[in-house]
Amino acid sequence: MIVTENLTKEFESVLAVDHLTLEVNEGEVFGFLGPNGAGKTTTIRMLTSLIGPTAGTAAVNGYQIGKEDKQIRQTVGILTEAPGLYENLSAEYNLEIYANLYEVKDPKGQVEKYLRMMGLWDRRSDEAGTFSKGMRQKLALSRALLHEPRILFLDEPTAALDPESARLVRDFIAELRKEGRTIFLCTHNLDEADRLCDRIGIFKTHLLVVDTPDRLRTQVFGRKVVFHLIKADEMLAGILRGLPFVSDVRLIDNKLVVNTDNPELHNPDIIRLLVGQGADIQFVGELRRSLEDVYLQLVRETHE
Amino acid sequence: MNRIKTIIKKEWAEVFKNRMVLFTIIFLPLLLATLPLIILGVSGGFGMEDISDGLPGQFTQVCPEGLTGGECFQVMMVSQFMLLFMMVPLIIPVNIAAYSVVGEKTTRSLEPLLATPITTLELLIGKNLAAVIPAVIATWGGFLVFAVGAGIIVQSVNVTRALISPVWLFAVIVIGPLLAVLSVNFSLMVSSRVTDPRAAEQISAVIIIPVLVVFFGQIAGLFFINASIVLGTAVVLLFIDAIMIYLAERVFQRETILTRWK
Ligand SMILES: Nc1ncnc2c1ncn2[C@@H]1O[C@H](COP(=O)(O)OP(=O)(O)O)[C@@H](O)[C@H]1O
Ligand SMILES: [Mg+2]
Repeated sequence: MIVTENLTKEFESVLAVDHLTLEVNEGEVFGFLGPNGAGKTTTIRMLTSLIGPTAGTAAVNGYQIGKEDKQIRQTVGILTEAPGLYENLSAEYNLEIYANLYEVKDPKGQVEKYLRMMGLWDRRSDEAGTFSKGMRQKLALSRALLHEPRILFLDEPTAALDPESARLVRDFIAELRKEGRTIFLCTHNLDEADRLCDRIGIFKTHLLVVDTPDRLRTQVFGRKVVFHLIKADEMLAGILRGLPFVSDVRLIDNKLVVNTDNPELHNPDIIRLLVGQGADIQFVGELRRSLEDVYLQLVRETHE
Repeated sequence: MNRIKTIIKKEWAEVFKNRMVLFTIIFLPLLLATLPLIILGVSGGFGMEDISDGLPGQFTQVCPEGLTGGECFQVMMVSQFMLLFMMVPLIIPVNIAAYSVVGEKTTRSLEPLLATPITTLELLIGKNLAAVIPAVIATWGGFLVFAVGAGIIVQSVNVTRALISPVWLFAVIVIGPLLAVLSVNFSLMVSSRVTDPRAAEQISAVIIIPVLVVFFGQIAGLFFINASIVLGTAVVLLFIDAIMIYLAERVFQRETILTRWK
């Protein structure tokens, strides 16, 4: 759906995007994570044919950027960083303008569909300037969807929203994913990326890594399982350390934190062994590092 | 075509909500049409049949045959102010374009707009027409008010014919729109560089300077508007308009708007 090869953008003195090579599959939610100034917006602008790359190529929906720009614009939807609404025009008119520019078949019907879906139908005659941030974002998101694009670019859709509006927008993205649309999601919110994205790319001028959130976790921190016992001690930890599939064990209070590459396969063995040693197991759980830890670790590593 | 229409309608919906713009479009042409009418009314009552001796030589030269000295003076006076009337197609587009472009910049609405399949030329044409159409209507409407008013006030057929002469009709009908095109593209370019609609208006307002130069030049007796000057002006304007549209189209490229407009 989206394929880039050595996509590069250099402004007069700033290298914003450097040799980005990436593939986003159909129906996938791809999270594009990176700090401020990483070049996320610049990447979206290149992929939506708003600005041209200084080197490299990209194809969106099979159309080459720089060559088939009009087709690209017709097939993608974009939620820009700023909602960019016409503040003194009504919500409904804001959408009608875009329905006409995209030449959608049933402009009135599409406008109504999305205003209702976003819960803005009752406020359709109000000027967009009177809307709260969350409502504006919903209106801008509707605007991006009027022509039913198969590919959506969302540039920090929940930044600057209160938790409740952010939640609404997030749930809506999850809905769009169910409809099988391909979504390129730029975000700062790692929790959001973790929940919504099939794969994420961590990006800072260069693409640092691309993978599923879970595999990234494993890659950076390995997998850890925590065994809560009524009473744990060094002796038990030592026994576990002797197992071939355990790489490390730490004893914290009455918890044994075990590093193992395949907990699905080995946890039953460990549990049997512990019970055999007379240990009373209260809970067993995987220690999930947040994506934030993964991200910070990776961004830090590339600093060094 | 449909996209251009969408842009024009959107521009009007936005711009006419601004009272200052609306005020300018309605009152500027009315003011500049009534000013010469007042002069006509006042000077007509003086009974200046015998002042031809006191008139400068050029006056009688340019006046059509068969006008008395007083009538000639009347025609000359009013023609001076008619020239000021040509400010209408210059000032109105400045207002509209400054508010529309700076408005889009402050709300950052151009980026999503440029992400649609609209071409930059369609966008530029839309913005041009959105400003030129009201300017032309205001110019022609204002002139109509003047022509009708003059017909009522002036008794002498000779004076009426001299005032609503082919030269002035040509100026209003042809030069008016040409001036409007010049003005809108100039202010579109200026507006792309500033962030405040007032600043955009003030800078763009320098465009009326040539008209003022001609106005004072004529008062000072340096030259008089005649058919050849008007025709020459139209040709030069056509040329300048072409250059302005070319330059504006370059300023209106997507990449330029997103990376150079601040
Ligand atoms: N028009 C521009 N001219 C010069 N530099 C720019 C321009 N747009 C972006 N940049 C620079 O490119 C880099 C990436 O910016 P951006 O893509 O907006 O990052 P992000 O969206 O990840 O915060 C930044 O260093 C920014 O200053
Ligand atoms: Mg950004």
